[in-house]
Amino acid sequence: MSHWKKVCLLTEIPPLGARVIQHPQGDIAVFRNADDEVFALEDRCPHKGGPLSQGIVYGKTVACPLHGWQIGLECGTAAAPDEGCARRYAVRLDGNAVLLNTEAAA
Amino acid sequence: MQKLKLVMIGNGMAGVRTLEELLALTPSRYDITVFGEEPHPNYNRILLSPVLAGEQTVQDIILNPLEWYAEQGITLHLGKKVVKIDRKKRVVYAADGTEAEYDRLLMATGSKPFILPVPGKDLPGVISYRDIHDTEQMLAAARQYRHAVVIGGGLLGLEAANGLMLQGMSVTVVHLGEWLLERQLDKVAGQLLQQSLEQRGLRFALQAQTAALLAGESGRVSAVQLKDGTELAADLVVMAVGIRPNTELAESCGLYCNRGIVVNDTLQTFDPRIYAVGECVNHRGIAYGLVAPLYEQARVCANHLAGWGYGRYVGSVLSTKLKVTGIDLFSAGDFMGGDGHEEITLSDPVGGVYKKLVLKGDKLVGACLYGDTADGAWYFRLLKDEQPIGEIRDHLMWGENNLGDTGHAGENKAAAMADEAEVCGCNGVRKITIVKAIREKGLTTLDEVKKHTKASGSCGSCAGLCEQILMNVLGSSFDATPKTKTVCGCTDRNHQEVRDAIREHHLVSIPQTMQFLEWRTPNGCATCRPALNYYLIATWPGEARDDPQSRFINERAHANIQKDGTYSVVPRMWGGVTNASELRRIADVTDKYRIPLVKVTGGQRIDLLGVKKEDLVNVWRDLDMPSGHAYGKSLRTVKTCVGSEFCRFGTQDSTQMGIDLEHDLFGMWSPHKVKLAVSGCPRNCAESGIKDVGVIGVDSGWELYVGGNGGIKTEVAQFFAKVASHAEVLEYSGAFLQLYREEAFYLERTVHYLHRVGLEHAKQRVVADADNRKALYARLKYALSFEQDPWAERIQGEQKHEFEALPA
Ligand code: SRM
Ligand SMILES: Cc1cc2nc3c(=O)[nH]c(=O)nc-3n(C[C@H](O)[C@H](O)[C@H](O)COP(=O)(O)OP(=O)(O)OC[C@H]3O[C@@H](n4cnc5c(N)ncnc54)[C@H](O)[C@@H]3O)c2cc1C
Ligand code: SF4
Ligand code: FES
Repeated sequence: MSHWKKVCLLTEIPPLGARVIQHPQGDIAVFRNADDEVFALEDRCPHKGGPLSQGIVYGKTVACPLHGWQIGLECGTAAAPDEGCARRYAVRLDGNAVLLNTEAAA
Repeated sequence: MQKLKLVMIGNGMAGVRTLEELLALTPSRYDITVFGEEPHPNYNRILLSPVLAGEQTVQDIILNPLEWYAEQGITLHLGKKVVKIDRKKRVVYAADGTEAEYDRLLMATGSKPFILPVPGKDLPGVISYRDIHDTEQMLAAARQYRHAVVIGGGLLGLEAANGLMLQGMSVTVVHLGEWLLERQLDKVAGQLLQQSLEQRGLRFALQAQTAALLAGESGRVSAVQLKDGTELAADLVVMAVGIRPNTELAESCGLYCNRGIVVNDTLQTFDPRIYAVGECVNHRGIAYGLVAPLYEQARVCANHLAGWGYGRYVGSVLSTKLKVTGIDLFSAGDFMGGDGHEEITLSDPVGGVYKKLVLKGDKLVGACLYGDTADGAWYFRLLKDEQPIGEIRDHLMWGENNLGDTGHAGENKAAAMADEAEVCGCNGVRKITIVKAIREKGLTTLDEVKKHTKASGSCGSCAGLCEQILMNVLGSSFDATPKTKTVCGCTDRNHQEVRDAIREHHLVSIPQTMQFLEWRTPNGCATCRPALNYYLIATWPGEARDDPQSRFINERAHANIQKDGTYSVVPRMWGGVTNASELRRIADVTDKYRIPLVKVTGGQRIDLLGVKKEDLVNVWRDLDMPSGHAYGKSLRTVKTCVGSEFCRFGTQDSTQMGIDLEHDLFGMWSPHKVKLAVSGCPRNCAESGIKDVGVIGVDSGWELYVGGNGGIKTEVAQFFAKVASHAEVLEYSGAFLQLYREEAFYLERTVHYLHRVGLEHAKQRVVADADNRKALYARLKYALSFEQDPWAERIQGEQKHEFEALPA
């Protein structure tokens, strides 16, 4: 059985923005960058749990809204000198549909 | 693509810094080869003094260990001196025959100590003070011998003398000048310094010229003979009489040199393939001998090597400090003064404090401090930024703390702070952590300290203290921040350049601005995008479109994010006045949405805290009150007192005036938040004295004050104008705020903006020039005509996606 689930359309996420997926395991942030690539991370900053979905997105990075840690969208890790990692989720595009797989690690 | 070959000669501080900057810009453009004559990887030469003093070890001062070179893929030839450059074939040759081809060559050969041409200069036991080898020789001599003579009473000489004394030697300093450090201190300060060094046990021979160095029986040096015939016993002689740019190699291959390898503003020599940085360089006639300017050169040079091609090095202003633990001295700029200059001095020889400030016009041009250097960093900033100091002149001598409470009152001496003391209250960073980071990671700027330790990264009130710590650890002011700071790492442009370009070239969008100004990153970062967004909408109202994705979450969600990810809601209460119906609605909303806390704010209104994001739009709908913008770089509150309608002392209707001002300015975005207050009489119950614009009613009209701030560092507002009518209060306040909106840099509160441009500047444009005032006010009104209540817009469905989560 496939674990890929459609969560929204690409156009429902603003470019350089994010949407929050309410998941039983906890909120998941799905990001879209300027090149229409999508990324999914647990919506909790490794610093003090800030909601990453609310941060400013640039390049392949999001700046956490609470204290400005810079989290890599591809890897979930904080940019040096900060240390920490947010969990990644597998996400891909199928045409305009954004598919999320919470069973597979990204 | 085939990589270019970059060869660097000289593995010292300026050269390796250039490579670091280059690798940060473009990690893979070059195959890099480095030749270093010394057998060590790059180390922090300036910390040789603490090594000699026994406060640090050689291992402590290594900046880039061998692994670093390996990780960066750099081919490193240590202990190999380059002896020949063939510029036609583009090959360099080391003494042992090693060769390397280059497409670009970087020369960073540093300088050589000057050796006095006196008889006996080549005797064993006569050395200079430049590198690890010299330092080790001094330490060895100190273990074995007793008498040392240091020739030269400059910074290097005194640090050498102090170190040797701490190693147990009996030390005399021979100095040609009339007083010590005559290039850094005036006579009074030089004499104070001499006294305190004498108290520690150093001896001095001033106005003394060395005639010869005499050998003892063993053939080792045994005495220094002065011109007047005096002989000073010496088993070790350290020559510290100056340095000469090391241009031997450059000259041998025909590069143009004149007291240094001559370079242009892009650090290129007369052969465009060959760059040069550091002490070996002569730039616009100056060869620098301190690290801060060399690091600035390194940044520009890297920019060009990387192919970015737009940095310019235009010279540096320097400051110095002696690295002798327990002695505080600082000097910068033109501290001698003279014709056309004014001096302010404070002299307390008994207390060991001497301060001299040199002014020219309304600018600080020089400072010389002895005994109390806590404000050195501040003076240096005033001096470098050429800030007008007319208005603070009276207080200048008493230092920055005197201008207000920095939040660290009484703890203004970084040097005196205990290692464990907390420097940054926001992030809990202790002094020792900062000192360690500076030493171990080779940090030299406040920005780097901020990045690596978080100190001063939040509220910024400890920035001055961090700067002092930097200065204490590193000896000279390393705040190499150029005169005007760049917006962020995405660009080399500063705020002024960006504002100018947006206006002059009619730029109306963020991508257009980034392209025009050659931003390095595709879509900026969380620092530059909010600034650009503000500059665009403030410069081109109605034309530039607001970009929500470039706004910090608070301004995007129109509510203030809390530590747990919920939001707070502060509805507007015009002038702090409310009524039963509003209060009833607030009560109902609190119940309906189970809002955990209702609080009266410090701004005379009510805050609903802990609202879930999905509830925001419904909360706003049910409240049916406009946004209080408690979350924005925008108009916040207009506080008022009861005023003449009720108060027995009131002279004016301050409540109505406040309500009208708040309506007049509603929806105004600004560089930073803006707060106003109106009081009905000079008792000033609305605290108008600490607001961006403070209004005080008096019998004959209204007094206006500007540039107050009650926050991180309390600043009292300054008198701006006295007006007679209600309409004038609106016009003057609006015009001043429009000037601020047009000229201030993003995140600059009114007080900081006024510090930069001067109160007089604002008065000229708003108070003295009626036409300009009216024009400013009209531009403000035009800009505000495009603003609506953001909550009402969102109740209508604007930015809907922002407030809705998606089901899994
Ligand atoms: C709610 C309130 C505290 C309260 O419960 O009373 C408050 C709360 C916050 N203040 Fe404040 N300030 C509040 C009145 C003040 C005041 C007093 C006043 O306005 O009369 C000051 C000093 C006056 C001044 O600004 O000059 C004040 C000086 C600051 C500062 C320092 C500003 C400065 O330039 O020095 C910050 C930090 C900043 O803006 O960068 C700040 C930042 C904050 C933030 C927004 C921090 C943040 O970015 O999240 C706080 C939000 C807390 C939260 O979780 O929602 N708050 N803050 C007050 C809201 C007033 C209102 O009705 O809008
Ligand atoms: C004891 C001491 C204390 C100091 N204190 C301070 C201070 O407090 N504040 C401050 O700002 N500055 C201070 N300085 C000055 C500072 O150290 C220098 O300004 C800085 O190191 C110069 O950097 P550079 O790269 O130009 O030269 P260097 O760091 O000297 O590097 C040049 C390198 O090139 C090598 N080299 C030269 N020719 C060749 C060749 N032909 N082939 C291969 N390699 C070659 C040399 O061996 C040397 O290692 C101090 C200096 C000393 C010695
Ligand atoms: S409300 Fe203001 S003073 Fe209180 S903790 Fe927050 S920022 Fe600090
Ligand atoms: S919670 Fe993300 S930076 Fe602090």
